[in-house]
Amino acid sequence: MTNPLLHADRRKVLITLAGAAAFASIGPANAETADMEAAIKAFTKGAPVTTGKVKIDISPLVENGNSASMGIFVDHPQTAKAFVRRIAVFNEKNPSPEVAVFHLNPRSGSSRVDTRIRLATTQHLAAVAELSDGSYWTDRREVIITIAACLEE
Amino acid sequence: MAKALLKVPKTAKKGEVITLSAMFSHQMETGHRRDADGQAVPRDIISLFTCNYDGAEVFRADLFPAISAYPLMSFTTVATVSGPIIFTWTDEKGKTWTEMAEIAVEG
Amino acid sequence: MRFRPVASVALLIAFVAHVPSAKAESIPSADRKSGFDQMGPDTQAMQRDDARNPAMLAVREGEALWSEVPASGKPSCAGCHREAPVTMKGVAARYPVFDAASVRPIDITGRIQQCRTERQGAAAWPRESGPLLALTAYVGLQSRGATVEPSADTRLASFRDQGKQFFSQRIGQLNLSCAMCHDDNWGKKLGGSFIPQGHVNGYPLFRLEWQGVGSLQRRIRNCLTGVRAEPFAYGDPVLVNLELYLKERGAGLQIETPAVRP
Repeated sequence: MTNPLLHADRRKVLITLAGAAAFASIGPANAETADMEAAIKAFTKGAPVTTGKVKIDISPLVENGNSASMGIFVDHPQTAKAFVRRIAVFNEKNPSPEVAVFHLNPRSGSSRVDTRIRLATTQHLAAVAELSDGSYWTDRREVIITIAACLEE
Repeated sequence: MAKALLKVPKTAKKGEVITLSAMFSHQMETGHRRDADGQAVPRDIISLFTCNYDGAEVFRADLFPAISAYPLMSFTTVATVSGPIIFTWTDEKGKTWTEMAEIAVEG
Repeated sequence: MRFRPVASVALLIAFVAHVPSAKAESIPSADRKSGFDQMGPDTQAMQRDDARNPAMLAVREGEALWSEVPASGKPSCAGCHREAPVTMKGVAARYPVFDAASVRPIDITGRIQQCRTERQGAAAWPRESGPLLALTAYVGLQSRGATVEPSADTRLASFRDQGKQFFSQRIGQLNLSCAMCHDDNWGKKLGGSFIPQGHVNGYPLFRLEWQGVGSLQRRIRNCLTGVRAEPFAYGDPVLVNLELYLKERGAGLQIETPAVRP
């Protein structure tokens, strides 16, 4: 008999297993992490990324994964000479790793952006900022999704 | 449903950094949900949001299904001149919706 | 999230095992708390700022519908009721009220439908449809901040008693009553969420779980499904009786329509 784990898409199998165990995060979850790292690499075109300057502002405990308030801020001027050009947000365990890419310019005045995001489960988020000098900076956060009991079916 | 809710200051001083917020009436369907009859709900998302003011784009966002329903964008710009601030949402089929708000800039 | 129902059942069963026998006492007015007080700060912030509350998009639509003349050419809502901020103020704090025509209580949504079909010569909107929720939310908004003060009409008493009886009656395959959670165990946790007192001071509201705006009846139907009971149809008199009792049970709270809940 064929072992489905060897043949099915590994990510799908992991997601199904995690679901079957009712929200438990089990098994080697690095498949998702690898997807996120690949998406970051595509965004930076392989340039080195330094931790710092960027701050993800999100509650460590989120009541409902359908809508988590998230703010991003980069500690950097926003002037014609030096500014934040792009900020990309990535996640580890949603069906796809991209969340949003914000494009800024000196007219933006600051690099503070607020939005609301979906998080399928407890996981890490990464924000990567590209500055006008071509350097890349990052922040990472773990967000825990609390489990709701009474849900609509 | 009303299509958008904007929050734009009515007045600002020239050079002041102001916060703008725009919420749009859209489900941001991921394509991963099923309806009550078990049928897959097709993916339907706003994939692009832009804000134009005083002849230039001041903010742009590429959006993915991980953005919540009723997408909310809050960001800043520098008050330069009196006039309209224009917000545009585009879905993956290329359909666009535009809303605007006037600002009066003093000094 | 296909496996969530499995989790829900498991959690509820685990919970039932620890439920003490129902005391069937309602919450003293000094202890009454809006669901708002038990929400996380982010969800509270969403409700506090209208520009971040998606239910305000429904309110805006309701505002437009208020003065829209129906195809019959008969008066719009505004044609009779004029300025909603004046004439609809306090309505949501008081409803349901006694309806002489049907000789039973009627909720705001029912009254809107009655106006449409009987006085505006228009077709009823389906329950839980966008326009009906929008107009209900717009009418509800006019009472935001008002204190819940149920109608004192004595003709409502027997219907309110029926609602109260339903509230404390065990139902569904899980054999739970509303009171066992919302009177006896509010403030404790079920799964990762707080059990709210189950008040009705914010409907229609935006619920994160729904990713949309919904009515009190939708919420009650969710609860019924949650305890594995067959939900009543929208508009069923049992649901209006229950609302009537819940209004009394939450007297003194402030109307928050359109609220946000997780």
